[in-house]
Amino acid sequence: MDKLIVSPSPHIHARTSTSVIMRDVIIALAPAILVSVLFYGWSELLVLGVSVASCVFVEWAITKWLLRRPSTIGDLSAVVTGLLLAMNLPATTPWWVVFIGALVAIGVAKMTFGGLGQNVFNPAITGRVFLLISFPTYMTDWTMPSGFVRSVDAVSGSTPLSALKEALMSGSTISDFVAGYDGGWRALLTDIGGSAGEISAIALLVGFGYLLLRKVVKIWIPLSIFATIALISLIFNSVDPEAYTGVLFNLKTGGVILGACFMATDYVTSPMSRTGGIIYGIGIGFIVMMIRYFGSYPEGMSFAILIMNCVVPLLNKWFHQKKYGRN
Amino acid sequence: MSKLSLITKGFVKDNPTFSLVLGMCPTLATTTSAMNGLEMGLATMFVLILSNIVISLVAPVVPDKVRIPVYIVIIATFVTVLQLLMQAYVPAVYETLGLFIPLIVVNCIVLGRAEAFANKNSVVDSALDGLGIGIGFTMSLTVIGIVREILGSGSVFGWKFIAGDGILAFVMAPGAFLVLGYLMVLFNKFLAKK
Repeated sequence: MDKLIVSPSPHIHARTSTSVIMRDVIIALAPAILVSVLFYGWSELLVLGVSVASCVFVEWAITKWLLRRPSTIGDLSAVVTGLLLAMNLPATTPWWVVFIGALVAIGVAKMTFGGLGQNVFNPAITGRVFLLISFPTYMTDWTMPSGFVRSVDAVSGSTPLSALKEALMSGSTISDFVAGYDGGWRALLTDIGGSAGEISAIALLVGFGYLLLRKVVKIWIPLSIFATIALISLIFNSVDPEAYTGVLFNLKTGGVILGACFMATDYVTSPMSRTGGIIYGIGIGFIVMMIRYFGSYPEGMSFAILIMNCVVPLLNKWFHQKKYGRN
Repeated sequence: MSKLSLITKGFVKDNPTFSLVLGMCPTLATTTSAMNGLEMGLATMFVLILSNIVISLVAPVVPDKVRIPVYIVIIATFVTVLQLLMQAYVPAVYETLGLFIPLIVVNCIVLGRAEAFANKNSVVDSALDGLGIGIGFTMSLTVIGIVREILGSGSVFGWKFIAGDGILAFVMAPGAFLVLGYLMVLFNKFLAKK
């Protein structure tokens, strides 16, 4: 009788758990991280290391000394937050700024709400936005890519988005701006300074493809974000190509791909149903384009995701999945 | 209730900011530095004491149906007095606090004390209540101001201890909400009676 194990169903377990999913996300982020380290060198490694270490440390310290609960760092979600936070920062960010970002991401945005699963706002984006409004000088010091694979030491400059914003604010037209930009359109679309994670669209999309294959995320949220951005920029660009940038530029620059594929799809802070997810994506795309076209910030991906995060509980209430067997 | 406890209840038990959660608008908006918080608290205390005294005097003769408009007129009178006094004697403070001085008229604490206390208590008790709540409000605003100033500008009461800027978010609105929230957590954990 010792061999008989009595347990309630379910008896067959799919072996998915938070840590397995988080491990998949880390694997998916790997190509983009690798590319960013290749391009930005040691400083990017330092930002990544400090960010991950401090996120894990803050979560461990809060569970141990403040909440007095069993530690939750084993679920790897703090590691993912740390990686995403680092990818949302310029590679030149000083270590103590990264630490404050981690403190806000884990301490304020995640653990204050009760830990993983209860946070309303995406922790990594909250950390980034907090740093953006607190340390604008560090956060917009975009050093142009120069790491292990380039010969130049470092070129500091503005991102295509912020350079364009400045040009438009001072009254010039887009064609003037492109003509004055060294290398023209091609350079605008390929030679991108910015947050570490924004460097390679291909690496991000490869990682996202892996997540889709592993069925960790569903495609409708990123797809509706891309579609909305494309549609809005298509309309505005065809009305006045001198004042509004085009589809490809808006999809390719800034944090759109990183944000849509890895930040907006966060399980906890995105809607559960398909309809909810599509509305959420449309909202993000719309807010990003409004900030880019009419706002004073050059880029609005992180603000857009945070704003739509507030709406998620409502979307979950309106568009909950039908329970099996009920109409 | 003893005269002393009329004053001291405003410090912790009926603390307007952390316990009653009233007057949030000036609390969030004017506490960008310790000095601003202190000044805003004192300005509100001035109106609170005087309006409490007058309201407790007129309460017996004011018909119930029109009491709120009457109270508002009394409060607005003292706010105007305060506004003119500050403009004349402390123009610098008047400039910093700006719109939030006239807004004391609609501060829930002032009307709240008129409704909850002054209209059914004696003149002396109402004055002491106004003083206690006013001190409680001033202390809360100063503490929030100190925390925000240390984190946001790296200084205390204008005395700078680090060079350069602090964490700018704490001088802006998000910092006000964060500091208020976390101080409320600490207040409820360590001071408030269960």
